[in-house]
Amino acid sequence: MKPKAPGLVESALFDRRTIAEIDRAATTGIYDIRGFGAKRKLPHFDDLLFLGASMSRYPLEGYREKCATDVTLGDRFAKRPVKIDIPITIAGMSFGALSANAKEALGRGANLMGTSTTTGDGGMTPEERGHSNKLVYQYLPSRYGMNPDDLRKADAIEIVLGQGAKPGGGGMLLGQKITDRVAQMRTLPKGVDQRSACRHPDWTGPDDLAIKVIELREITDWRVPIYMKIGATRTYYDVKLAVKAGADVIVLDGMQGGTAATQDVFIEHVGIPTLAAIPEAVQALQEMDMHRKVQLVVSGGIRNGADVAKCLAMGADAVSIGTAALIALGCNHPNYDDQYRDIGSAAGFYDDYHEGLCPAGISTQDPDLMSQLDPELGGRRLANYLQCITLEAQTIARACGKSHVLNLEPEDLVAVSVEAAAMARVPLAGTKWIPGWS
Amino acid sequence: MRNFDCDLHSVRELNQALHDVQSDGESFNVLNVKGQHALACGITHNINVSLQGHAGYYCAGMHQRGTVTVHGNVGVGVAENMMSGTVHVTGNASQSAGATAHGGLLIVDGDAAARCGISLKGGSIVVKGSVGHMSCFMAQAGTLVVCGDAGEALGDSLYETRIFVLGEVESLGAGCERKTSTAEDLSILSDLLAKAEIDIDPAQFAQYGSDKSLYNFSVDNAVLPEVSR
Repeated sequence: MKPKAPGLVESALFDRRTIAEIDRAATTGIYDIRGFGAKRKLPHFDDLLFLGASMSRYPLEGYREKCATDVTLGDRFAKRPVKIDIPITIAGMSFGALSANAKEALGRGANLMGTSTTTGDGGMTPEERGHSNKLVYQYLPSRYGMNPDDLRKADAIEIVLGQGAKPGGGGMLLGQKITDRVAQMRTLPKGVDQRSACRHPDWTGPDDLAIKVIELREITDWRVPIYMKIGATRTYYDVKLAVKAGADVIVLDGMQGGTAATQDVFIEHVGIPTLAAIPEAVQALQEMDMHRKVQLVVSGGIRNGADVAKCLAMGADAVSIGTAALIALGCNHPNYDDQYRDIGSAAGFYDDYHEGLCPAGISTQDPDLMSQLDPELGGRRLANYLQCITLEAQTIARACGKSHVLNLEPEDLVAVSVEAAAMARVPLAGTKWIPGWS
Repeated sequence: MRNFDCDLHSVRELNQALHDVQSDGESFNVLNVKGQHALACGITHNINVSLQGHAGYYCAGMHQRGTVTVHGNVGVGVAENMMSGTVHVTGNASQSAGATAHGGLLIVDGDAAARCGISLKGGSIVVKGSVGHMSCFMAQAGTLVVCGDAGEALGDSLYETRIFVLGEVESLGAGCERKTSTAEDLSILSDLLAKAEIDIDPAQFAQYGSDKSLYNFSVDNAVLPEVSR
């Protein structure tokens, strides 16, 4: 007689995923590098709900009454602030990490919806400028491809101080994605792993940064706004220092924000959730009497119109999307499942952007793979997606009685978990309790 | 020659005047600069600008074409991200002199502080005195010439930049090693010495460059053997 099967109990501590990671580390001797953003479960916008109008609030007709979505960014000092038609921008992503077709598609989609795109490490390509009516030029620690002529062509300058996926860390573009063109743009040999510095080369603190801002304004004759992008960590203090240093716009990237490549341990274990970061930023701005004067753009895990509306209700002026925009272009689409499996992944799981093998033609420099992405179709898909989530945000705003999406406010929100209530600083649904605050 | 008095006009007015130049060949003599920041930054024409006195941060930042001469010392980031042309400092330079410069020539008659030539991307820097620690950190291309000594961690995480030092080097940074100069190296050095009006035999300089050990991640492949049933 066969013995009874023993009860198989998987360790919660050393589960199969943990064992696989230890094996991978023992095999390679190097940390896991990947793209995408945090995959762990975190308190997020799903933990918030809107209080639609009823007796105490007057709703707007869902399909007809005006609910404006236009936003002006950076009107504090710049002669030409950035005016966008929807409160959703495209986040900074580099040519190099992304293919030229992907960059073109992002520009086309943003143009169709009247919003801006953003360059990334490696500088500005002529195609990118040509296909983006409103282009924000990132000023990064690496200064790869940094060119004052391009700076003067930009509609805004974004000084990157950090990124939600890796605050405190630099970037990397591994050798397999370094084509002749990418190498030439970054002044580095082909095939070399390109480390992007984690700190700027010519300033070391906020007092220096304030002078750097003056230099950038002088070089551009004070025409364009200066954004500052921070990864969410000590957000309250960072926002205050950024405003003091002269930022016109704060771009706040929560830990769910995506990346082209960094260490998994960085993505999952450094930074704070977007939900927790927004109230810190808003508090800092309000205390300085700068809320709505220095605009707040929030990124890190924005997926739908509800997320957009919740960000705005918490005090943001706009949101920025990266990962969701790539998904709209076709990243991780089931149509490519066979190709994903050929490279050891699967549709819905692919995150090895750094390897340059993206079958959707997005995070690659391989001409054959890149041809999979039709930039015109990609642009249409992105525009459709942006239109859809804008309509969703308007739907919620109208239900809350708002004639502009920026009129959404924290009192329109409640939380369905204690953690989210504490982080977002809104009451737990059905109570007046804001843990830690009331 | 146009005189421009910073006691009478702001830095904004100075820079706008320099940006509004429509043709090459003009000369500006700038008086009473008094250590102000962002002086003569963003120049795009082939003009000559003389700054009389000490300059603050980011003097001649992102310089393109033309010549800026500072008759005094400069603050942080002189000629940062310079693309072409010449910037000449007759005194000493603070940190990050010539940071990320893609082209052009920066000459410092005195010493340059820490991180001189950090992330250099093709520009040339000649320092007649000494440079501070972490000079040429992550420098990618171009040349740094030091006629005095170099501080700690010279050339840390260096890529393809050539570094020449006449005096002592306190220590080399990660991935930086002593090199044997080729005829091409000595030709580049000789040319820069001539441009900076330095009469020293190029063969007396020691050259440093990347050992390329940091160019790519080192990945092992210690896979466990398959177990047969």
